[in-house]
Amino acid sequence: MTDRKTHPASEEIPAVQLQGVHKWYGEFHVLKNINMDVARGERIVICGPSGSGKSTMIRCINRLEEHQKGHIVVDGTELTSDVKNIEQIRREVGMVFQHFNLFPHLTVLENCTLAPIWVRKMPKAKAEEIAMHFLEKVRIPEQASKFPGQLSGGQQQRVAIARSLCMNPAIMLFDEPTSALDPEMIKEVLDTMIELAETGMTMLCVTHEMGFAKTVANRVVFMDGGEIIETNDPHAFFDNPQHERTQLFLSQVLQH
Amino acid sequence: MTDHTDEQAPAAASFWRDPRKRAIVFQVIVLAIVLGLGAYIFHNTLHNLEKRGISTGFAFLHNEAGFGILFSLIPYDETYTFGRTFLVGLLNTLLVSAIGIVLATILGFIVGVARLSHNWIISRLANLYIEIFRNVPLLLQILFWYFAMLPLLPHPRQSLAFEGGIFLNRRGLYLPAPVAEPGFGWVLVTLGLVIAAVVVLRRWAHRRQEATWQIFPVFWTSLALLIGLPLLSYGLLGAPLDWDYPALKGFNFQGGMTVIPELVALAIALAIYTAAYIAEIVRSGIQSVSHGQTEAAYALGLKRGTTLRLVIIPQAMRVIIPQLTSQYLNLTKNSSLAPAIGYPDLVAVFAGTTLNQTGQAVEIIAMTMGVYLTLSLTISAFMNWYNKRMALVER
Repeated sequence: MTDRKTHPASEEIPAVQLQGVHKWYGEFHVLKNINMDVARGERIVICGPSGSGKSTMIRCINRLEEHQKGHIVVDGTELTSDVKNIEQIRREVGMVFQHFNLFPHLTVLENCTLAPIWVRKMPKAKAEEIAMHFLEKVRIPEQASKFPGQLSGGQQQRVAIARSLCMNPAIMLFDEPTSALDPEMIKEVLDTMIELAETGMTMLCVTHEMGFAKTVANRVVFMDGGEIIETNDPHAFFDNPQHERTQLFLSQVLQH
Repeated sequence: MTDHTDEQAPAAASFWRDPRKRAIVFQVIVLAIVLGLGAYIFHNTLHNLEKRGISTGFAFLHNEAGFGILFSLIPYDETYTFGRTFLVGLLNTLLVSAIGIVLATILGFIVGVARLSHNWIISRLANLYIEIFRNVPLLLQILFWYFAMLPLLPHPRQSLAFEGGIFLNRRGLYLPAPVAEPGFGWVLVTLGLVIAAVVVLRRWAHRRQEATWQIFPVFWTSLALLIGLPLLSYGLLGAPLDWDYPALKGFNFQGGMTVIPELVALAIALAIYTAAYIAEIVRSGIQSVSHGQTEAAYALGLKRGTTLRLVIIPQAMRVIIPQLTSQYLNLTKNSSLAPAIGYPDLVAVFAGTTLNQTGQAVEIIAMTMGVYLTLSLTISAFMNWYNKRMALVER
């Protein structure tokens, strides 16, 4: 939605690189040898049955979860336990949550300006200008002075998207953004995400919205049991799934 | 077509079957019983007092007290009236409660946050503190500090001496007392002006920060102004302040200011006991804020401290404040355990000695109860106002 400064080499560095990533919760092996490269401007949909590790995987990308083995490189910076690296990556990576996680004690506008002011050290007037710009993009500028509790679920999720975009991120992560919404509100959020995709944003979406995957995704990644089972372009993925588990999953999802 | 009026207003139920009418009757009966009982007790008391030759009323407040008080914030000796003893006790109660509330709040917040620390030792220590001080009776803790801890301090002759004429021994803490000389008023005037200037400066800096994100070192500038300018005027006016230093005369120190050990022990005990409860309140308040809030703040790149300050604490406060109020009330009321170690608070001085001397039990107890009631209601009112200001505005 806004121009990003791209340094010359940036075309060659993938936006996100995962190499041999493993993660355990105690004894439980959640992520098993995940390898994936996401190019700049690429839009990836990650799907799979619940408990397959897809949320955990994208939460590793901005270090809300810690991986124990392997390498994760985001925008040319490797994620280590170094706080400086983590903070730098979080500034460049936006995230939208299943339950919106808006700050209930702040207005919609304040939700959007909090991070630009305190992280980007932006003057308040400038932050508000940017916030209004993105609130217009998600089509709720008139709600700017309301509190999150006064909005519908769909509106809240659009505010959450605007809030992330205010930080001018290079990469956007979506963790089941429509799963907590009433059916009639899913479309307004998906439309916003489709518009965002059209601007060339690098996006990783965990979602079960297969229609969205068909329209927007460059690649669909199918995960099960903590592993990436299959990666394919959307048409091949839906029309001609290679793997048995993928076929089973699709037959269950597409029935509805 | 026939009885429209009847349909619109259904026939009134008979008197005994209409709940609203019945309620009125019951309330009248209850009120009559309460008033009757009150009148009976009042008359009975008056009658009994008269029969024993005890005068009633508040005239005794103008009589000379004739007893000394260990510690007073206002001038007092035996020749002052019982009215004055009331005031002395009240101020002493306010003093120990105020000190206790401030210390307990600071300590409680620190321990509460420490309880949630990721550092295993720190959180265990905080937990140990909470479990010990919550589960030992307060009276015992007051006795512990007064009888077990303070006597570990040296005798007056071996006092711990600090720079600037400060002495600490088992009889108390001795500080130099300032004595104002002509011209000192101007130093106070300077101080007042500087405080006003600092308020203006802070507003200006806040606006500038919002406009340009240039952080002005407000804290250090304010501190320099607050200390520097009054000191300068103090120097220019030829140091118009004399100090009355405590000096060892005979068995103890004379002159200066004294903080008596009873006050120290009571304030410490009240603060440490209440802080254990406040710590649990702070912990539960912070934990009541969903983890998603922290994750959202982190995902936006906010640092840990900023997240706690701008996202978590403001939401936790709505859970913390109402419970904090009741802890402040408890602390104030618990300060009435003072007579156990002889700290001259309202209960010790007024409901104790004054009552013994005058025998005006009804008046004195009523006044004392009135004071605690007023104090509690004032604290409540203040905290309710504060709570409204901090409350989560959601809709």
